[in-house]
Amino acid sequence: MDKFYHSVRLESALCKGCINCIKRCPTQAIRVRDGKAQINGKFCIDCGECIRICPHHAKIATYDKLEVMRQYEYTVALPAPSLYSQFNNLEDVNIVLNALKLMGFDDVVEVSGAAEIVSEATRQYISAHQDQIPIISTACSSVVRLIRVRFPNLIPHLLPLNPPVEVAAGMAVKKALRESGLPREKIGIFFISPCPSKVTYVKAPLGTEKSEVDHVLAIKEVYPQLLSHMKAVGEDPEEIHISGKIGISWGRSGGEASGLFSENYLAADGIENVIRVLEDLEDEKFDNLQFVELNACNGGCVGGVLTVENPYVAEVKLKRLRKYMPVARSHMEESTKEFVPWTTKVEFEPVFRLGDNVMESFSRLERVERLCRRLPGLDCGSCGAPTCKALAEDIVRGEASERDCVYYLRDNLHKLSQEVAVLAEDLAERESENGDKGRLNALKEYIQMISDEMAVLDSKVKDENVKAEDE
Amino acid sequence: MADVIALTYDISPDDFTRAGEASSDVKSKLKQVGVSPAAIRKVAIAMYEGEINMVIHAEGGKITVEISPEQIRMILADKGPGIPNVEQAMQAGWSTAPDEVRSLGFGAGMGLPNMKKYTDEMNIETTLGVGTTITMVVKL
Repeated sequence: MDKFYHSVRLESALCKGCINCIKRCPTQAIRVRDGKAQINGKFCIDCGECIRICPHHAKIATYDKLEVMRQYEYTVALPAPSLYSQFNNLEDVNIVLNALKLMGFDDVVEVSGAAEIVSEATRQYISAHQDQIPIISTACSSVVRLIRVRFPNLIPHLLPLNPPVEVAAGMAVKKALRESGLPREKIGIFFISPCPSKVTYVKAPLGTEKSEVDHVLAIKEVYPQLLSHMKAVGEDPEEIHISGKIGISWGRSGGEASGLFSENYLAADGIENVIRVLEDLEDEKFDNLQFVELNACNGGCVGGVLTVENPYVAEVKLKRLRKYMPVARSHMEESTKEFVPWTTKVEFEPVFRLGDNVMESFSRLERVERLCRRLPGLDCGSCGAPTCKALAEDIVRGEASERDCVYYLRDNLHKLSQEVAVLAEDLAERESENGDKGRLNALKEYIQMISDEMAVLDSKVKDENVKAEDE
Repeated sequence: MADVIALTYDISPDDFTRAGEASSDVKSKLKQVGVSPAAIRKVAIAMYEGEINMVIHAEGGKITVEISPEQIRMILADKGPGIPNVEQAMQAGWSTAPDEVRSLGFGAGMGLPNMKKYTDEMNIETTLGVGTTITMVVKL
C-alpha cells in the first residue's frame, strides 16, 4: 500500500500552467514547473479544491467505471447518504435502493445504516473517554490526512473508529459470503461516492490495514443510469432502507454531530474553515467541547466534487427525506461490533519539516527568512510557487532557484544594463590612456563578465522557448 | 360486532434512537393491508408526531392502534409530567424540546398542531404529575 497514493491527478494535455490551482491548494502542494502543474504527493490531501477551481478541467479525480462490475459474480452497492439528495421529488429512499438492484447489483447495504452504528459507537466512546475531549471526527479522510501531516498534536484526539463506508463494507462482505456462498474474490463491494477523497481512502486507508471496499464509483457517473432505473421501480418497492434521521443526516455538515444528542459540539465545513478550527484546537482555545465534526467540502459530503446537485439544495432535500423517519433504524449488534474500531494507528508524517534534524531545520529556516526578505513579497505565482515564502522554502530544499523569480530576473537585467553603461565609460577612459592594447583587454574582461551573466539568464528563457516550439 | 384489529406498542424511554419505529411499523402494516395511501399518510404523520412527543417529553408510554373498516383510531397513553397549558402547547411554534435533539430537526413546535391537522378527531386528556392520553381518529 502506497501511503501517499492520490486519486486527484493532473490531465497534463489540458493544463495551461495558469496559477489558479497553486493559489487555492490548502497545503500548498502544487507548483507550476516547465509550464505544467505538479502535485507534491507528500503534501496533497485529496480535498479536491484544485478540481473545483481549474478552469481548464485539467484536474481530475480517478475512480472506477461501472464496467468493472462485470469482473464479479456477486456485487454489492454501498450508496453514500449524499446519493439520496441528488434527485428531484424523491419521497422514498427505497426507490433509489431498488433502482440500484435493477442496475445489476445483487445487494445494497446502506452506508447511512452503518453511520447510525458508528454514531452509537461514538456516543459510547465519548462518554468513556472524557480525558480525550474534544474528540475529532475521522469520517472525512482528507481531514485525517491533513491532521496527519500538519497537526500532530491533535492526533491523540482523533476518534479511532472506522468511517461508515468501511463499517458498511465489512457488514456487506459478511452478508455476501453467507448469502452467495462464493469465495471473497468473486464478490465485488462498490462504494458510490461523492468525493475523490474516499477513492484515496480505499487504496490507502487510515486506521485499518486494508479496506474491504473493492471499487469506488462516482455519484455523477452512476446518476444517469440510476435515474432511468428509478423510473422503472414499481409502486411498492422492496423495503431495503434500514436507516433513519441520523444516518440520512450524515450526508450534510452537522449531521454526524447531531447523532450524539449533545449540545457541546462544533461542526465546520470547507477546507479553509477546517484549517482555522484545527489551528484553534491546537492552541486549546475551546473550552468544554465534546466533539468536533470536520468536513473538507462546503456543506459536508453533499458538497463533494463528484456530486451532481448544488450542495445547499441537496441539504434541503435530505431534510425533507428525513422528516418523518425514525431517529435511527440500524443499531449496533454483536455481529457488527468487529467492523467499527480502528486496528492501526495514525502516525505523524513530518512532510513539512525543512531538514532531518532540529539544527539543520533551524539553519534552513534562517535561510528561508533571509531569502524572503530578498524576494519581492508579491506572491504573484509567476515562479510557479503560491507564495514568495513557498518559493524560498523550495529554494532551501534544493527544488528551485532564485532565478525562477521574474522580479529577480528583471532586477538583474537592470544591473546588467548599468554595468554595460560603466563599460562604455571605462572603455572611453582606457582608450585615452593606453591606446588600442588597453582598450582590447578591458573589452575582453567586460565582455566575458557580461556573457557569463547573460548565458545564465538566457538558458532559462531558451528552455521555455524550445518547449513552445516543440508543441 | 365489527372487526377491529388492535396493534399495541410499548414506547421505551431508554433508547431515543428507536423513537419513530412504532409509527414506521404501523405505516408498513397499513400498506400491506391496502388502506388508501391518503389515509396511511395521515395516520403515519399523526402517530409519528405523537410517538416522538412521548419519547422527548413523557419518558415513553403505550400506543394502541385500532383498525376497523370505517376508521383508524390511535390511543397514545403516557405516565409523563402532563401538559400544563394545552392551549399554549397547541400553538404553532411553541416547543419545550431540549436543545440536544433540535439538530435532528425536532423542536419546531409543530407536533400537536400537525396531529390535529392530519386527523378527523383529536382528544387530549392530561393531569399534571399523572400523565397524558391523546386519542386520534382518521376516518377511512
